[in-house]
Amino acid sequence: MAYSDKVIDHYSNPKNVGTLDKSKSNVGTGLVGAPECGDVMRLQIEVDEESGLISDAKFKTFGCGSAIASSSLATEWLKGKTVDQALAIDNMDIVEELNLPPVKIHCSVLAEDAIKAAINDYRVKNGLTELAEVTAH
Amino acid sequence: MELNLPIYLDNNATTPMDPRVLEAMLPYFVEKFGNAASRNHSFGWVAEEAVDYAREQVAKLINADAKEVIFTSGATEANNLAIKGVFEMYASKGNHIITATTEHKAVLDACKHVEKMGGQVTYLEVQPDGLIDLQQLESAITDKTILIAIMYGNNEIGVIQPVKEISAIARKHGVLFFTDATQAVGKVPVDVLADGIDLMSFSGHKMYGPKGVGVLYVRRKNPRVKVTAQMDGGGHERGMRSGTLNVTGIVGLGKACELCMNEMADEAERLSAMRDKLEKALLQIEEAYVNGNTDHRLPHTANISFKYVEGEGLMMGFNKNIALSSGSACTSASLEPSYVLKALGLGDDLAHSSLRFGLGRFTTEDQIDFTIDAITTTVLKLREMSPLWEMYKEGVDIDAIEWAHH
Repeated sequence: MAYSDKVIDHYSNPKNVGTLDKSKSNVGTGLVGAPECGDVMRLQIEVDEESGLISDAKFKTFGCGSAIASSSLATEWLKGKTVDQALAIDNMDIVEELNLPPVKIHCSVLAEDAIKAAINDYRVKNGLTELAEVTAH
Repeated sequence: MELNLPIYLDNNATTPMDPRVLEAMLPYFVEKFGNAASRNHSFGWVAEEAVDYAREQVAKLINADAKEVIFTSGATEANNLAIKGVFEMYASKGNHIITATTEHKAVLDACKHVEKMGGQVTYLEVQPDGLIDLQQLESAITDKTILIAIMYGNNEIGVIQPVKEISAIARKHGVLFFTDATQAVGKVPVDVLADGIDLMSFSGHKMYGPKGVGVLYVRRKNPRVKVTAQMDGGGHERGMRSGTLNVTGIVGLGKACELCMNEMADEAERLSAMRDKLEKALLQIEEAYVNGNTDHRLPHTANISFKYVEGEGLMMGFNKNIALSSGSACTSASLEPSYVLKALGLGDDLAHSSLRFGLGRFTTEDQIDFTIDAITTTVLKLREMSPLWEMYKEGVDIDAIEWAHH
């Protein structure tokens, strides 16, 4: 199966690989997937408390090229958004941007789940209610 | 010498054809096009003569009699013919077949078919090193057992089963022994007499011959073995496989066998030295493991797991330059890792992290050096990106985490 140029680019030059300090109250961490399924994504956001904008986003992913690209793209999109704007990121946006074939759609679903899980973690840490639909997939 | 890219290290999937094989085949496409079954004119005689010669070349490689060689379209057909053909032919004797969970799909699915036709099949588990347990095999035999179907060398991990011991057990209980030797013939010495084999399948395109041609060896003496034809028609191949003979393919397979006969010993030595070099270098990487028994193994095969990186993602790092195969088939939503690796007891995580290396006649030392560098670099790069590697390094017990399953 051939990968799209965008997937190859994210795979070869992944954006925002790394780790944020998960003990900080303004950092939200989402860990989704499972090793036995061949995909694990960890996505983190850091929220600037004054502006309410996501000031930094980092990821680490165990998975195929499409999973790595999906999470790399997600971190790019997250930066500069408000948490509410970030919640609106849909997996199909990722599919479209990366030209993912049908068999790789689950990679985009995982990235969306990771975003929601990170936001949830941030919300819970800051005394907000947990989002209901995060585990819907 | 200049390095030739891309590098082909997937010789267990298929081998390139040796140019000498092509040369032998060429006259039989246009000039000598006859039907080997045409008995009344020279076109037919020429074709028949070529087939007879090829049959001798094939028989010689496996120490069989030429009459025991049944040409088929490949190993898949030969596997089907052996299993279904024995099941039908020996129905009055019994209906039980013993095989193993690490067999090729063509064997497993033919066995599934037999079950649907009312047969009974025992699928032996293998030991963690991929070898079957001979005691388990023997105790699985019942008075209904007609066939033991155990492969010679495994396509994914290269493990060579104790064929002589298996055939001795089969003989002792009056059960036929069939072996899928697709990966072994032409790579290691296979001798149907010394090994006690009653039926054996193999294929042209795994031994530098053409695709679309294979063999079922069917023993003619002590015991005389018969299989019920699975293809009705003109009664070719002693009635066991109808269909006009693939003369060009058969000529190519014959030539391929002759080349293997002459070159196998040197080739095995050269390939195992390169394979060992590759394996030793890659095992320098932390948390890298060889899958399968390394003492009883095909000389050109290695299967290595790199923990905490995923196989398909790993291959993407070098598949522009290196062609090989992963134990992880991450092409469906189900993300099924290799059933062979799982049969060894590997966790899904390790099975997803494996690469299969299949060296071949045209593999060179500098290609191996390039591969060592490329894979080492990619593994290290992907580990920097792997949350599991980070957890492992921090001492987190990954198995203790409750992962959400999709």
